[in-house]
Amino acid sequence: MKSALARMALLLLLVLGLSACHRQDDMPWRLVQIAGHMPDLDFDLTDDAGKQVSGKDYRGKVVLLYFGYTHCPDVCPLTLAQLHVVMQRLGPLADGVRILFVSVDPARDTPEVMHAYVNAFDTRAVGLTGKPGDIEALSKRYRSAFTREPAKEDGNYEVSHSSAIYVFDQDGKARLLSTPNNPQSDMVHDLHLLLAPGTAP
Amino acid sequence: MTLKTLLLATLLLPGVALANDAQAIRASAPWIRLLPANLPAGGFVTLLNDSDRDVSLRSASSPSYGSVMLHKSSTEGGMGRMEMVDSLSIPAHGKAMLAPGGYHLMMMNAAKPVAVGDKVKVTLQFGDGSTSTVEFVAKPANTIDGD
Repeated sequence: MKSALARMALLLLLVLGLSACHRQDDMPWRLVQIAGHMPDLDFDLTDDAGKQVSGKDYRGKVVLLYFGYTHCPDVCPLTLAQLHVVMQRLGPLADGVRILFVSVDPARDTPEVMHAYVNAFDTRAVGLTGKPGDIEALSKRYRSAFTREPAKEDGNYEVSHSSAIYVFDQDGKARLLSTPNNPQSDMVHDLHLLLAPGTAP
Repeated sequence: MTLKTLLLATLLLPGVALANDAQAIRASAPWIRLLPANLPAGGFVTLLNDSDRDVSLRSASSPSYGSVMLHKSSTEGGMGRMEMVDSLSIPAHGKAMLAPGGYHLMMMNAAKPVAVGDKVKVTLQFGDGSTSTVEFVAKPANTIDGD
């Protein structure tokens, strides 16, 4: 009798314990989970329509945050083109997603340039630029990094930058991190889980 | 006889197949990822080497762009960066790919606006100085792998 009680108590503890640590882990995420390790989405920047925006303006949407710049002829366009394909694969669910493309080159990336640039990829992409200090603050907040490389003879320069994509949920909570090593299907899979649990492809 | 004259003699021999580098290389599926606002665009192509010797791509130029440079992107260590490269080797009976996320031509300062669907002439220069002109098709910004 005593041992049966003890077993039940143990089981109860086990179940409670498991449910406590698996509160976020019972979903079969494929991207790297960063829940609890990164702060909520927050910034003060200018969108590609010239409007001052903050992280709170995107609550209610799943946000894909990516740092880049428009004079980047290869990696940034490739990443944005891949995100466009992700959006297409999500179908109507993509309306619940915003791609936030944050410029690490505010000297050249005005809201006008950003507007033409992001819309060449996807209508649900928003270009964000702003004061260098505000951009640096956002980059540091997510332990991202960027470095302006020395200018060439013609004055053109490159900016090396972190290539990860940060995924935030509808409440602005940091949830997942996608790197160039993750196949596109991982992002599509995990966005399904965030947007409409139970409908994963 | 210097190596140079020997090379010249070889070039002048009639009927010698693949006499120069340009003749040894076939370009497959050339395209440009067109970006708005005259921003630098990436040029991509697969170069196939039909010959028994390695060939190197040295440089490229285009009447449609003020400057065309051979570049390589990488995302090693989680950082996206670009570097200029002096040449790209196309191995004998092999190929070299200029593809998104790796080697590419960085095409800057379009002489006049390039539109989606335009065919842009690009002249490729190889190790022996020989050249071939290839037509690159301008495609939308959000194109994946030239499709």
